[in-house]
Amino acid sequence: MGLLDRLDNPYDVGPGILLGTVEDLLNWGRAKSDWYMSFGLACCAIEFMAVNAAHFDFMRFGTIPRPSPRQSDFMIISGTVTLKMAERIKRLYEQMPDPKYVISMGSCSNSGGPYWQNGYHVLKGVDRIIPVDVYVPGCPPRPEAFLEGMVKLQSKISHQAMFRKRQDMSQEDLDAIHNRQVEIERQFQEFQKVQQELKH
Amino acid sequence: MAERKEIEIDFGRVETERMRLNVGPQHPSTHGVLRLEVELEGEIVTDVIPHIGYLHRCFEKISENSTFVQVVPYIDRMDYITSMNNELPYVLGIEKLMGIKVSDRIESIRVIISELNRIASHQIAVATFGMDAGAFTPFLFLFRDREMILNVFEKLSGGRLLYNYIRVGGLLQDAYPSFKNDVLDIIRKVRETNVEIMNLLIDNKIFIERTINVGTLPADVAINFGCSGPMLRGSGVKYDLRKVEPYSIYDKFDFEVSVGDGKIGTVGDSYNRNIVRMYEMEESCKIIEQALKFMPDASEDVHATFPKKIAPKGEIYTKAENPKGELGFYIIADGKNKPYRVKGRSPSFVNLSVLPYISKGYMIADLIIILGSVDIVLGEIDR
Amino acid sequence: MTTKEIFEKLKNEFNDDVISIFDDGMVSEPFITVSSKNLIDIMLFLRDEKGLMFDYLSCLSGVDYKENFTVIYNLFSIEIHHRLTVKVELPKDNPVIPSVELIWRSADWHERETYDMYGIIFEGHHNLIRILNPYDWEGYPLRKDYKAPEEYHGIKVPY
Repeated sequence: MGLLDRLDNPYDVGPGILLGTVEDLLNWGRAKSDWYMSFGLACCAIEFMAVNAAHFDFMRFGTIPRPSPRQSDFMIISGTVTLKMAERIKRLYEQMPDPKYVISMGSCSNSGGPYWQNGYHVLKGVDRIIPVDVYVPGCPPRPEAFLEGMVKLQSKISHQAMFRKRQDMSQEDLDAIHNRQVEIERQFQEFQKVQQELKH
Repeated sequence: MAERKEIEIDFGRVETERMRLNVGPQHPSTHGVLRLEVELEGEIVTDVIPHIGYLHRCFEKISENSTFVQVVPYIDRMDYITSMNNELPYVLGIEKLMGIKVSDRIESIRVIISELNRIASHQIAVATFGMDAGAFTPFLFLFRDREMILNVFEKLSGGRLLYNYIRVGGLLQDAYPSFKNDVLDIIRKVRETNVEIMNLLIDNKIFIERTINVGTLPADVAINFGCSGPMLRGSGVKYDLRKVEPYSIYDKFDFEVSVGDGKIGTVGDSYNRNIVRMYEMEESCKIIEQALKFMPDASEDVHATFPKKIAPKGEIYTKAENPKGELGFYIIADGKNKPYRVKGRSPSFVNLSVLPYISKGYMIADLIIILGSVDIVLGEIDR
Repeated sequence: MTTKEIFEKLKNEFNDDVISIFDDGMVSEPFITVSSKNLIDIMLFLRDEKGLMFDYLSCLSGVDYKENFTVIYNLFSIEIHHRLTVKVELPKDNPVIPSVELIWRSADWHERETYDMYGIIFEGHHNLIRILNPYDWEGYPLRKDYKAPEEYHGIKVPY
């Protein structure tokens, strides 16, 4: 449930006012401005270039290509991953900052595709090395199919819980949080005491 | 154009520390998963070592384990920009081994779609070359036009990128009724856009300054390195398999082999390699127009010459002019339904091997220009 | 020039090193078989002799036959527009052949690929290392008795 969906919601208290959680607001921002890592692997990269070009206009999703993994939110595995490339993909994934997402585009990166049987040098599914959020089937997928995958990823991001819910926490965690608060209170009082002593 | 003044700078006296820089395999301007190990002295490239194989998909092993028909889809995926051109030499080779003669309509459809795909491939080449030089708008224009060609291919074969359309002894299906009109529309549009691209990109002062006299490849070196396609023709060698060893029905058509003329820059530099692609698009348009006239109108059964059983015997080296150069297959068939050996001789593989030779002594920014002008596809290099 | 005429010419020059010619007059590609002993001289003769001028090495491929390994050279002449196929047969236990890299520079990567796939050693090549497979790959994939590995760097390979 994204923030804008709240317009039809009982929370709505008047024109121009939305009531929601901070989490919804942040997720709305995260989902609508994803930066992706721009690199291509194989055939699907050409279709992905077509997605980027004028006819399909990928940037209307708020996506901006970044050449560096350190600045990107999600990564598109567009093509066959070979064993030689697999180590590199894993390293790129590890270089991305959290939270990070992966779209696996095309049969090859989903499951090895047509190379599943005799491809001694092909990785049979990129999910053997990194976690995948959205799979887009096809060889290669149509640009529309890829855009559908992007919509799926956006809805996944906007549904994600960013903060841990209090009712979901275990008693130990709650106790720990309580203890921490008591500790902070105590330190603060000590600090005030020292300050007053210094004044005198 | 005004004469360009060469400024000579003596780099000899200042020596900086040599640095090894790794470019790729996920670098945006390496056109895929190519890794270059570059040795730099300051900004000047002193050595380039290409590391390939990041997309090695075992084509040759797979083809030994598949039947002759099953190999065709894998050939599509070799050079995934020009699938139609890829299928042609393989299918022609098998047909030659089995002695199959196909009708004029089938041959002319094959020629038309090959040339259309050549245009599409050159459009991508020019677009990405422009992007390497910093021009983004031509990319949008050319990809918009490429969609028209892909739409025709989609109507013919059902696929946008990988078609599996040219079959041994025929085609997947006959051309649809409005095929001729669609193709004529495309030619008109391609010519319109090419004028636009010439004004916008090719004749642009900045683009010319970036690309002329960069990565010059002399003709004799190009031949010795085995270069082919626009790479060889850019160096001024009139070598085009469509003229030299005409296959299919290319001998019936009248067209020019375009070569780098050196009107701007020197023969064999990046600019001339690129301009050859622009000229070739026009030549392809000419061939398509003639082929459309030559093509018999009445639709026919394109499955009529399909062989019942494909089990040829013999060896053949079959080659055709791909947009990137000479695509060859050495096929060894031993009378079974599976090939004993299929070796793919891909043009990009050979063209890339000349990169260390032509990029020494240039700036690192020029290295990207040179790589863009070679126009490589990694799927074909690594197979 | 046809393959037969080239064969006659070669036979005059190199007697025993030129072994045989296959030309059945059918669709199949005619080829000349030569021995690996005097290969460099034969190839230089093919490249430089007037009337032959094979200045362009189109393709170089290895084949794993039951009895031997074979290296196939597909030559073409841009000057004269004729083609030739040359075959060299090598024993299975010790496949060593002189490199033609210095004659045609395009042989550089083709020979590395053939070494990578078949383990055929090209003597005199300046940098004979793997090219397509990773540098630490084991085995030669295109040999007929090759079995794909179970695991590579901790990644499971079979489907």
